[in-house]
Formats: sequence, C-alpha cells, structure tokens
Amino acid sequence: MTSTQDRKDSVSVAVCGSGGAGVITAGEVLLAAAAHAGWHGLQTRSVGPQIRGGEAVAMVRIASHPVEAHADAFDMILAIDWRNFDRFAAEVTLSPHAVILMDEEAGDLPAVYAGHAGPVLRLPLQEVAKAAKGRANMVATGLIGEMLGMPADSLEHAVRRRFKAKGEAILDSALAALEAGQRLFHERMANHACPLAPPPMGKGERWIISGNQMAGLGALTAGVRFVAAYPITPASDLLEWMTPALAGAGGMLVQAEDELASINMIIGASFAGTPALTATSGPGLALMMEGLGLAVAAEIPVVVIDVQRGGPSTGIPTKSEQTDLNIALCGLHGEAPHLVIAPTSAADCLATTAWAVHLAEKLQSPAIVLSDQKMAQMKAITEPLPLPEWKAARKVQEPCEPNTYARYRLAADGVSPMALPGTPGCMYTADGLEHDERAVPSSRLEDHAAMLEKRARKLADHDYGDFWAEIAGEGEVAVITWGSTAGAVREAARDLGAQGVHFRRLILRLLSPPQPERLATALTGVHTVIVAENSHSGQFLHYLRAHYDIPARLVPLHHAGPRAISAREVREAVLAALMGNGTTAGNGETEGSGGRKAASGPAGAAGTGSSETEVLTR
Amino acid sequence: MTGILKPADFKSGIKPIWCPGCGDFGVLSAFTKAMVRLGCRPEEVVVVSGIGCAARFPAYVNAYGLHGLHGRALPTAIGVKLANPQLVVFAAGGDGDMYSIGGNHFIHACRRNADITLLVMDNRIYGMTKGQPSPTTEPDFATHLYPEGTHMQPLNALALALTAGANFVARGFSGDPNGLAEIIVEAVRHPGFSVVEILSPCVTFRPDQREWKHQVQRGALEPAETLAEALARVATAPALSTGIVWKGDRPPYLGPGRQADRSMENLLQSFVA
Repeated sequence: MTSTQDRKDSVSVAVCGSGGAGVITAGEVLLAAAAHAGWHGLQTRSVGPQIRGGEAVAMVRIASHPVEAHADAFDMILAIDWRNFDRFAAEVTLSPHAVILMDEEAGDLPAVYAGHAGPVLRLPLQEVAKAAKGRANMVATGLIGEMLGMPADSLEHAVRRRFKAKGEAILDSALAALEAGQRLFHERMANHACPLAPPPMGKGERWIISGNQMAGLGALTAGVRFVAAYPITPASDLLEWMTPALAGAGGMLVQAEDELASINMIIGASFAGTPALTATSGPGLALMMEGLGLAVAAEIPVVVIDVQRGGPSTGIPTKSEQTDLNIALCGLHGEAPHLVIAPTSAADCLATTAWAVHLAEKLQSPAIVLSDQKMAQMKAITEPLPLPEWKAARKVQEPCEPNTYARYRLAADGVSPMALPGTPGCMYTADGLEHDERAVPSSRLEDHAAMLEKRARKLADHDYGDFWAEIAGEGEVAVITWGSTAGAVREAARDLGAQGVHFRRLILRLLSPPQPERLATALTGVHTVIVAENSHSGQFLHYLRAHYDIPARLVPLHHAGPRAISAREVREAVLAALMGNGTTAGNGETEGSGGRKAASGPAGAAGTGSSETEVLTR
Repeated sequence: MTGILKPADFKSGIKPIWCPGCGDFGVLSAFTKAMVRLGCRPEEVVVVSGIGCAARFPAYVNAYGLHGLHGRALPTAIGVKLANPQLVVFAAGGDGDMYSIGGNHFIHACRRNADITLLVMDNRIYGMTKGQPSPTTEPDFATHLYPEGTHMQPLNALALALTAGANFVARGFSGDPNGLAEIIVEAVRHPGFSVVEILSPCVTFRPDQREWKHQVQRGALEPAETLAEALARVATAPALSTGIVWKGDRPPYLGPGRQADRSMENLLQSFVA
C-alpha cells in the first residue's frame, strides 16, 4: 500500500484513441466520479478534423484543490490506439516518470515518446473488454480509477449516470467492463498506483459545467428571452443548450440564415422590448460589426457572446486563443463606445454573462462578451453555483402625449428612457443615421457632437463597482491578465503562495470602457507588471499601453494558441520579476517539466531579495 | 390619439428627402390609407427599413420605426415580430436594398414566413447613390458604371418569392395609391410573409419611368389557384403588370414552441454530477 505521503494532490491523465473508441466518454466518467467523490477537476478534449468518428484525446485533471487549467505535464497516458496521435502529441507533454499504458494491439509507441524514461506498459484492454462483453474505454476507466484510488461507488455512480438512458443491456456491459478494468489494475500494474490525496470536499452534490453552459444560464437568469444565431464552432453547443432552456422560460432561439441576420434579428427583438443575445466566434463577430455599430447609434441593447478560437480567417476553429480582443474593442467604424466584458473561468461565465446583460440593458448599449474555446468547452467540477442577482432592467418610457417624446433626450447620465412599440404617444424611428434628441435624422455638427458625447458619457460615467476586475494577492510584482489565462495565474498564485512567494493578480472583466483610476489604485506600489495573454502579438499588452498609464515596468508574457499560457510560465515570470530580471519572459518556452524545480529553487531568495532598487536600476 | 383616424394621422410631419415627383410619395399616401382601412393604431405599427431613398419611409410615417442597416430590414423586422407578435410589422425599402445587398434575407424571409409585410419600392436604379444599376435594371440600360449596360438578367423577384415560399405575392403601382392601398390591406390581413413589389418611378435617374403611368397594366396579375399557375403568370405577364398573384395557405412562423419541462429546477439538476 502507498503511504499517505505519496498521495498526489493533482493527477493528470490523457486517454487517446480513434473514432468510436469512446475516449471522451471515459474522460467524462472519470470526471463525474471525481465530482461525486469530492475532488476538484476538469476535462478538456482535442479531436481530429473529421466531422464524425475521428481520433480524439480526453485530458483529465483531478486534484485536491481547485483547478482551472491543465498541469504542466501529464502523469499518465492510456492509448486504446495511437491513430493520428501526432496531431495531439504537443498537447500531451508527459512528466519524466509518467506511465504510458497501451493496448497490446495499439502498435508502436509514437516517436514523440521514444526514449521516455518512465514505464511503458502493454495490457490487453480490448481482450479484457471482449471477455466482459463491454468496451475498452470502460476497462480503461476502471483501470485508471483504481490507479488513482477512486472509490468504487463513485465510479459506479458515474457509469450509471452516463449510461442510464441507454438501456439496461448497455449499462450492464459498461459496469462489467469497469469492474474488469479495476481487476486488471490489481492483476497487472498494482505497483504503478498513483493515488490522489483524499477528496477535500467529501461526498455531496457537485456540478459539472462548461463555460458555454454557464454563459447560457447567466443570460437566461438575467432575462434574455430571444436568441438569434448562426451555427459556428465553438459557440454551437451554447446555442444547443439554450434552445430548450429558452423555450422553457417562454423565450425562443431562432437559427438565422447568417450572422448578419443574427445580429439584426436581435436588434429588432430588443427594439421591441425583449432582452436579446447572439453567440458566435471570430468569423461571425467580424460579420456582426456593422450591426453592433447600429446598436450603438440607435442605443439598442444587445449582447454578443464571442467564443474566441484561433484566427485569422477560419483559423483553428476547435482550439482556443485570446485574439479577438482587437476587433471587439476597435472593430466598429466611426466612434462607437460599447461594452466589452470577459469572463475569467468556466464558472465565472455565469455571473459575468448576467452582468453583461444587465449592463447592456441598463446602459442601452451593445455588449460583447469575450469567452474562449478553452473555458467554453472545458468540463469543470464546481460546487453548485449561486444564480447571479444581475437582471435586465431597462429604463422604459411610459405612454405620453403625442409630439412630446424625445427618444434621445440628453439626459444627465446619458441614458434616456426607451419607448417600446405598443406604447401610445411615443412613436419614433430609431436611427443609425445621426439624429437629434427627437430621433430626427440630422447632419448638423451640434447634434453629432451632442450624441457622440451622450453615448460616450453613459458608459464612461457609470459606476461598474468592484466586479470590474478580480484583484487579489500582495507584493510589488503584479500579473495582469484576462479570460481563461486567469486560470494559470490563479494556479501560479496558489503554487507560489504555498512557498511563501506572493504577487498581485488583476484579472480584468471590464475591458471597455477602460477604468484607469481603478487600475491605478490596484497597482499602487507595484514596480513590475507581467501582462499574460494567449496571443502572438500581445493584443492585451497594446490595449493596456493605449488606455492605461501604468507607472511600472511592463513584462510581456504571451504566445499564440492553441497552447495556453501555463501556470509554470506565470511562476517563472513572477520569480524572474521578483529577482529583477523579468525582461524576457515573453514567448519564453522552457522544455520539459522543470517548472516545479524552477519555482521552488529561487523561492527563498525571492521572499527577501526582490529589492526595488535592484529591479528599477536594470 | 383617440377617435377615428385619418390618413394624415399616419404622417409624421417630417418633410421627405425625396425628389419632387418621386413615386415613393404615392406609396406613402397608399400606406397611410391602408392603415386607416385596417383600423391600425400608430403605436401598434412598426416599419423597419434599411438604406436607400425608399428606406427613408419610416421617418415619414407616424408609427414606430427602425431605420437600420442597408440590406438588413427583413431580419430586423422578423426580430421585432417574433419578440412581440401583437405588432403590425412592415419592412420597407428599394430594389437594391431588398434584392441585392439584402437578397439572401429575402430568400430566407420567404422560407420562414413570419407574419410581416414587405414593401419593395422598385425603380430599377440606385437613386440615393445617384444612378447605378440595381438587380432589376434592364440589361442594356446605360449608367456611368456600365455605359453599355450590365448584360445581367433582371431579377424576377415575384417568381423568386413564390418558389421560396412567400405566402402572399403581389405587385402594385405608386401611381395608383388607392389600388396599392387595397393590396397593402390584403397583404397585412393575409397570414404569413407578404411580398408587395411596388413600381415606384425614379423621375431623376430614370426619367423614362414617367411613362409607366401609361404602361402599367393594372390588375393584369390575378390570383392563381396553384403555385405552378402563379409562377407561370409572373413568368409570362408583362413586367409592368399589377395585382395579387398568390395567396398561399402556409401557417405563419411563430418561432420554436414552448417547452414546459425545462423549468429552472430541471435545468440546474442537469448539471449535477
């Protein structure tokens, strides 16, 4: 038996195989079992380009502390087969002692793992599955579950939950294969146990969520009742989740003929008084820009969720990047102030999307919500989340005497009451043409200036409160980031904090309008700011430089997707900054799994040696 | 506004930018008459438009209006109608707006069959941008951009509307405001998507269209019993024929139905591991 000291607080496992092997299902069952038992965890997947039946890899991390990103390296990979594995190899970095486990018929070890120092085992997964009248993916699930020391009842619960709708025969064969896998572990690889530290939460009700689902739920709870959208990866599963959810709430989702129709349909629905939303990804967002400008000019609230993927053009549709920041901030022609808001995790999509709906409605402005494929399609374990308080509450005009209503009255806060069609006496024509207070088209300088000022003021003067950013930690080094890179930053803070090394973290939710005073306050006393983002060119860095006067040294930490910024990269950048040599953290790529070592080595020095003088004199 | 309304009650009082003699004045007149005949209240009417001379229409009507993007009036109008089915919703614009830049939406609006009415003021030219060829311009008509003509086939939009599923298809003439008002009344009353193409001369860039008042064959398009018959009529009738050619029986699109089983409790339960 393994002693408690050997138990790991985080284990990462990858399962790969060709189409139909069911590796994604294996990952889902492991995650659900972990949730049931009381661990934290997440699962991502990577699939080949085939529409159906392509090879896939499920990547699961289970931990005794909250996790939002994969670890630096995997502790195990199980191959039902290795078909086209080279497509994923770069995403599955193994730790030096990782276990490679493959079916006896899986063929040769991929070249990328040649020379692997750890154990390479060949086991009869398919044969055992056949004997149990089940499938190899469930044998693999049982084997991995046993290897990690997962309670049998949690595994069984997860299998039952996954297969209960498929009929008794399929459920029974899945359970039989699961048990066969558990036995196989003890018969053939008991000395390779990799037990997890005890589950921190105990048994109880947990959710397994994706960012897309939480964004949909957030929109729904805030009051969105009309969605028009055009299918696009990786936003389509958000739409599919919302279809029945909206129908149950008395709303509807309409599939439009293209993204031009999507944005204009929601503008029409919102003009008629129904809080409205669309979801898309980069190519669709590009098509919606003209519509967003109309929503700015005519002051019609709409929310666009942009689930970012690799670009430009069709780019990498199935993988994550944080590179729609520029177009979201600056893609509209003319001067068009609008809201740009970013959730910071899969779970945070819930509250942040509700906040975006609330703000859009309150300020009669379009809001772009920038999530990304990573958080949107990640499956994550969480405690049940509280439903957000933010609701759509639009300032609406009451019936009035004819010829008295001024739709675009120059209200002090810039927000003038909106008359909804059906309201007697207040008829007006909302217009994308510049207009006067009565909504009559006007090309007069005075009207243009007044309306530009009104539309800018209503966003700039609003008090967004503390939710504008997540600010935590202490010290003279800060990491500033946004979107799913926040996960790596939080993990780095936890890792370094355990060693007594601290830094500040600022995770911005509100990207537009900028909040220079709030940011300056948050950065008081900071000498170095590391700017972390998943972008080749450093879009977020340029945004910060454009809108914020940051009196500290800026250290870029960015590279392109689909490789995410890792906790290790953040740790190394922070430690380098604390030691005063953080000038080259950007695009730094360190090989292997030395992250832990690099983090622990200089920690002692970092605690005392981050002399301000030393840093500033470089 | 109470009591019995007159056509003038549906005019906003804003002076149109249209040229003197523009056919769109006749359309505005017909529209206001139709509103009275339908017994509509200004607050329950919404006119959505895109960009172009004809698309200035909403500002001149005393009703709710949305003067939005070039080509996008139809999806916008559909959004209005689906969000509030009580409203009487129009999309209005010209041939360039609806058939060129908005052509894709035209096809899918016909297919979708939401209960709205489309008014296309067709003058076979881009007037606002000063005389470029449109999808309905004759192939040999000379413009600055195409001195020899476009040599492109003019769009038979009524045939397209019929094949794509529009539930009401008609052509009217701005020079006959009473006849046009009757067509608009029937278009609004008929459930589903109604297409009303309106011959509306551009006296500035198509002075030849001044002759339309002598050439239009009023009532030459008669209601057909079958879709095939309607198609044959719009294919063979002279281009300047007016009348209602099709009243279909497709049920109007109301959006996906309600599903009571997806209560918030059930939704949240679906996340439980």
